[in-house]
Amino acid sequence: MAETPPVPIIKIEKVSKFFGAFQALKDCSLSIAKGQKVVVCGPSGSGKSTLIRCVNRLEEHDGGRITVNGIELTRDMANISAVQREVGMVFQQFNLFPHLTVVENLMLAPRLVRKLPKPEARELALHYLARVRIPEQADKYPIQLSGGQQQRVAIARALCMKPQVMLFDEPTSALDPEMIKEVLDVMTDLARDGMTMMVVTHEMGFARSVADNVVFMEAGEIIEMAPPIEFFGAAKSARTKSFLQQILTH
Amino acid sequence: MNFDFGLIANSVPKIALGAGLTLQLLFISLVLGTLIGVGVVLMRISGNRLLAWPAFAYTYVLRGTPMLVQVFLIYYGLSQFEAVRNGPLWPILREPYWCAIIALSLNCGAYTAEILRGGIQGVDGGLHEAGRALGLSPSQRFIHVTAPIAVRLALPAYGNEIISLLKGTALVSMITMSDITGVARNIVAKTFAPYEIFIAAAIVYLSITWVIQLGLRAAEHRFSRYIKK
Repeated sequence: MAETPPVPIIKIEKVSKFFGAFQALKDCSLSIAKGQKVVVCGPSGSGKSTLIRCVNRLEEHDGGRITVNGIELTRDMANISAVQREVGMVFQQFNLFPHLTVVENLMLAPRLVRKLPKPEARELALHYLARVRIPEQADKYPIQLSGGQQQRVAIARALCMKPQVMLFDEPTSALDPEMIKEVLDVMTDLARDGMTMMVVTHEMGFARSVADNVVFMEAGEIIEMAPPIEFFGAAKSARTKSFLQQILTH
Repeated sequence: MNFDFGLIANSVPKIALGAGLTLQLLFISLVLGTLIGVGVVLMRISGNRLLAWPAFAYTYVLRGTPMLVQVFLIYYGLSQFEAVRNGPLWPILREPYWCAIIALSLNCGAYTAEILRGGIQGVDGGLHEAGRALGLSPSQRFIHVTAPIAVRLALPAYGNEIISLLKGTALVSMITMSDITGVARNIVAKTFAPYEIFIAAAIVYLSITWVIQLGLRAAEHRFSRYIKK
């Protein structure tokens, strides 16, 4: 039997996006199969955050097509909510709800969106807190945690919705250096468990060890996409090479 | 001049008798005004022009005119219209008490709406995005994320509004009512000692403000659990 090509769970086809007259994305195309991990890198302003934010409709794309788990993102609110239920997101600034305790942060969406009863939602929350290795912080408020702990709570909060795909928008950029590892470790665990992940980051060590593909973007375009060995060893484009030189030499 | 401390001491209890009415006006207007304020701010942020525009106009007019003028317009102005005098609301509108409540509530509503709007705007946009990414509907985001944070942010300004409304109640003495200021004015008319009597009135107001401030501090403390380290 011939091997069937994997069905992409995220399919981005010729997507463009404008902010006023500024074109943030130019004909970007990218497919991510179930279970794949894709790291997106590039200089600031290259459109990598905009691209990832289009996948769960925090930004609306102006041209092209985005399909997630077979559902095309259009203006149809039912489609948008269906996609948002399948896709979890972790932000650079954590964006935890400051007025709720850690466990309440995790319980909110399962209770309101998935209509779980309170005890089950709490059980689910404690399960994922244990997975991000901070079960003991359940009843604290976010402000009482370190940045790394807050980001791990944010990852657990997204996981509580049992998403098919996780998006990470520069998850370690706001962290002190000594906290980056604990967050990357949790993300690596998640990758090992088979989660489909799209990660905007400059952590090239993470890209090397976890990614199936690394994407380089510049000025709103996808310049290059390759598996890490190829990407770091033999980048085709001169722009990718010069970017890698800048971030890898120190 | 002679300054009569004894007169101040004697007048404080008499003036304090007016405090019942003052507190009643304050409490009822605060409750009604807060309800109005919540309604008006929801209209303002509804995204529907037919709701937002009247809400804006209401706040603009009520905040842009002196409360004394509003009190006069409602008490003396409305009774000029025969339709009002013959209308079903006349039993209410001829009473200075209800006219005072109406003016104070409308005023408090306008300020409360603006205070809440400030609180809502102060909520970090990243939290909206987190709510959207988790699949919460707009109303779920408002009820569970925006509103509780906005209320905490608005609390100090709202406390200010309560104290400001307390002082606003003094205006009702201009439409024959015997609140703290009204009682003080009556005593002045008999004793011709405005200095002592109004100082006594000031002492009564200050005591009420002190109690309100204690309450506000406790409320802020309670709502700030998540802000303290």
